Amino acid sequence: MSARLQKGGRLIDRSARMEFSFNGKKMQGLRGDTLASALLANDQLLVGRSFKYHRPRGIVASGPEEPNALVALGTGARYEPNQRVTTTELFDGLTSASQNHWPSLEFDIGAVNNKLARFLPAGFYYKTFIHPRSAWKHLFEPVIRRSAGLGKPPEEADADHYEYTYGHCDILIAGGGIAGLQAALVAGASGAKVLVLEQTAHWGGRAPVDGDIIDGKPAEDWVRNALQALEAMENVTLRARSMVSGVYDHGYVLAEERIADHTPGDGRPRKRLWRIRAATVIAATGALERPLSFAGNDIPGVMLAAAARDYAVNFAVSPGEHTVVVTNNDDAYRTAITLKEYGLQVTVIDARPAPVGELPSRARALGIRIETGRGIIKVKGGKRVTGVSIGLQAGEGGAVEDIACDAVAMSGGWSPVVHLWSHCGGKLVWDADRALFRPDAARPPLNHDGSALVWPLGAANGALTADAALRDAVEQARLAVQSLGLDAGAAEAAIADPVEEGAILPVWIMPASAGIELKSKMWLDFQNDVKVSDVQLAAREGYVSVEHTKRYTTLGMATDQGKLSNINGLAVLADALSEEIPRVGTTTFRPPYTPVTIGALAGEARGDIFQPLRKTPMHDWHLAQGAYMEPVGLWQRPYTYPRAGETHEQAVNREVVNTRDRLGLLDASTLGKIIVKGPDAGKFLDMLYTNVMSNLGVGKCRYGLMCNEQGFLSDDGVVIRIAEDTWLCHTTSGGADRIHAWMEDWLQCEWWDWQVYTANVTEQYGQIAVVGPNARKLLEKIGGMDVSKEALPFMTFKDGELGGFPVRVHRISFSGELSYEIAVPASHALAFWELLYSEGQEFGLQTYGTEGLHVLRAEKGFIMIGDETDGTVIPQDLNLDWAISKKKEDFLGKRGQQRTFLAAKDRWKLVGFESLDGSVIPDGAYVIAAGTNEYGFRNAQGRITSTYYSPALKKGIAMGLLLNGPARMGEVVEFTAMTGGVSAQAKVVDPVFYDKDGEKQNV
Amino acid sequence: MLILECPCCGVKAEETELAPGGEAHLKRFGPGSSDEEFEAYMFARKNPKGVHFERWRHAYGCGKWFLAARCTATLEVFGTYPAQTTEPPAELIAKIKAKRPDWKGWK
Repeated sequence: MSARLQKGGRLIDRSARMEFSFNGKKMQGLRGDTLASALLANDQLLVGRSFKYHRPRGIVASGPEEPNALVALGTGARYEPNQRVTTTELFDGLTSASQNHWPSLEFDIGAVNNKLARFLPAGFYYKTFIHPRSAWKHLFEPVIRRSAGLGKPPEEADADHYEYTYGHCDILIAGGGIAGLQAALVAGASGAKVLVLEQTAHWGGRAPVDGDIIDGKPAEDWVRNALQALEAMENVTLRARSMVSGVYDHGYVLAEERIADHTPGDGRPRKRLWRIRAATVIAATGALERPLSFAGNDIPGVMLAAAARDYAVNFAVSPGEHTVVVTNNDDAYRTAITLKEYGLQVTVIDARPAPVGELPSRARALGIRIETGRGIIKVKGGKRVTGVSIGLQAGEGGAVEDIACDAVAMSGGWSPVVHLWSHCGGKLVWDADRALFRPDAARPPLNHDGSALVWPLGAANGALTADAALRDAVEQARLAVQSLGLDAGAAEAAIADPVEEGAILPVWIMPASAGIELKSKMWLDFQNDVKVSDVQLAAREGYVSVEHTKRYTTLGMATDQGKLSNINGLAVLADALSEEIPRVGTTTFRPPYTPVTIGALAGEARGDIFQPLRKTPMHDWHLAQGAYMEPVGLWQRPYTYPRAGETHEQAVNREVVNTRDRLGLLDASTLGKIIVKGPDAGKFLDMLYTNVMSNLGVGKCRYGLMCNEQGFLSDDGVVIRIAEDTWLCHTTSGGADRIHAWMEDWLQCEWWDWQVYTANVTEQYGQIAVVGPNARKLLEKIGGMDVSKEALPFMTFKDGELGGFPVRVHRISFSGELSYEIAVPASHALAFWELLYSEGQEFGLQTYGTEGLHVLRAEKGFIMIGDETDGTVIPQDLNLDWAISKKKEDFLGKRGQQRTFLAAKDRWKLVGFESLDGSVIPDGAYVIAAGTNEYGFRNAQGRITSTYYSPALKKGIAMGLLLNGPARMGEVVEFTAMTGGVSAQAKVVDPVFYDKDGEKQNV
Repeated sequence: MLILECPCCGVKAEETELAPGGEAHLKRFGPGSSDEEFEAYMFARKNPKGVHFERWRHAYGCGKWFLAARCTATLEVFGTYPAQTTEPPAELIAKIKAKRPDWKGWK
């Protein structure tokens, strides 16, 4: 059994006991524990179930590479699924629960999948997709849905908050092991601005656990001194608990800092996302140990050799009373020696025929039994290890001996963590002698100037021993510093006592000639249940690309992204294909290195401040009146102002009727307003709009259309001419920024010799529409300028004063009523609005919102960009030929509209629809045509683009596009229903439903 | 997250400040052009693995459009220059040719 040892534990505080729970069971740990070490100290070997077969699973690793031990942490608003116990720091009151089992961890019905394993081979999902179809729907999908899936999503909103911070540095160092710290000393001495990020809460990495001696002192002392020296440097910043998740183009780096994971609810942000701009990056990210592939290597109690050492040295937790260490390299002997020195029983199974290094000799001297040339044939046990059968590594799996044990520590060698090197395109080279991929210095990821962006060093660069890592760190850090044009200076290079290590023997399958029985119990990917036999099956079925095999077998596709499995998997694939490992290659390394919580990526951008909010000057007034707001682009606009007891529909109808009968007030401030000025402004606007704007008289208004170069209608609005060389273009509310950018694009990139200036003044003015038969009465009452028909005719504007406010009054109408749109400086807009509101009461004034605006315009057949247009509609489709100049040689979109399909006679064109039964036809409904298309769907001949209940007509009205529509007035057509079939019949009519001659607006 | 130096204001702008505008040095074809010319102008875009000339706007900075030459594979930036030109500056072309002897040229 695993247990807490009586002495030792460099990271724990035995005086600080902590209570925590696992699956409701109360347990005790110590300050400094990870959840993993605390669970092991309580002999909780079984911590989860695998994804596919629901096999019992225990803790394999001691760091972020852990594939098995994912738990749900916390409850309620602090519940978080899929958290790795190995990176979770223990705190008092922590609650955790295992995942992916039913009904319980100990007894899981899904484990029947394990018995059915031969029916669930590689590519199982894809095979079930093929045939028979009914089997997928009724058999496979329900079973898979119930039995698969890891943690459950949280049900409550996250109680924590998260934040962003921005880092700027010359050199970013990822990793605070001895190599990272040595590199920081070199970089710091150069005067460069250095940021060092370490993913764990502790500095120094593996060296203190491995017992390395640096500069004649234990590694821990050197680490402490190095940290002191770095802390004294003003140009160096050190952050622990900060995981570099990705390196992106030109030195953009993302990192996640865990601030309050271990102190929940203390008021600090839970996590902080670092957005870093680094001139260059040092990857001192270490290496990960690989498992060995032997039968039963997934049984709880089997873990990585270095992890076993970590638990013993860091947390005083023994993996078992008798540990079998199985290895193909010398490093695992450190584990054997460590456990032996703690007084535990150890047996070493070494696949190599004759290990000769310094470490095996030391182990022998300690009296540790070492079996050479042997491997584990299989591990015995179910929910925990009870023993191993051993035999010849070179054999087929004949067992020569059974050894009773309660823990297995395996080491298949080490793989440098090359992720940060590879994220931006750094290439790898296969080091056959040491059986590892390491960065190829000749093919680095590039910075903006073509120089190397990332400098790998230490174990991440393949320098696996302490002395090699420190030498490499100095050398590479100097190169990094020099690449910035700085002087590397004379930072002291630390020297570690060399430990002579024997050569590794690459072992990808143990034993080498194992049969299918054993190979189908050799796990490569623990989380996704991919075995040696699955990869070999994929190879037999014709998968030769490692990227395809990955997706077919799901190897490396779990939340650990193959940190343990990828190299073993591709070696097995290479073997099955009789290829060299480097020819098979690796899959692509993509960020993040380990998962980053969505909360950290969102930062503060959630709830009301999810995106920028634009408010008109009258925004708070609308809210005070109880307006129901709707988003229009980034603006918030009143949809309607419901009164007590009113539905929104009733409120909209009331507002529409009141505007038509008496007087309505609309906040139109969001309307885009762009000034276009200069000697060539008229010429420019003639290119921009489909009609002519250069001949518009000063003081006049003209409706205009803008198209993109393809000819499709893009925006519309009223243009006014303020002075001989100055126009003001009104755009749609959502289109102002886009149209301004469009103008600038043409002026800067195509017609740069034209003398034109533009200014987007949308937010500089409030705009208020005073609409209805009583509109003039109100303006005459507050007084200040002549607003009579004679002084201010329809489609003109005038600058002046109303009620003491400086105003520009436009006689334009989007409702068909007598209407004044009044622009007023934004700072005066609210006061002017309030004046209109109070003085208008005697004329029956009511405010109306965007929905009322829509109904009013639809009754008049006015189009709305985004309703009648969708990027495939040309102005001619909307019968707007009158607004397209025939005389102009050129305007944006003219050539596009000449294309045969757009110039064809038989297009869907704008008409009105009156439903026969008076109902409102569903938006987007298709007008059905005879027959079906090649896919068996009903043919369509048109569709609804706007549809409303019309209070004026007291029935449903709609606008829409219909094949040759204007020629089909009076015809009755049918529409699709949301549920299929036919929903409504309607008569094709003129889209102008109300006041066809425009008499009401022109008074 | 590219960094491009805006030739108008001199700021070394991060991609979050910039808006992309697609291929640079397109020739506009309007009324009177053939279907082939218009199609090429409207739709035919280069998609090289290597040297590419692009339009960028310093949208959250000075607001100016500029042009950039960069390698789409390695993200190396060869240079940026003002948008008011119909072809890349000669010294930029010389610089790219020096760095990429196999480069076939910008047209």
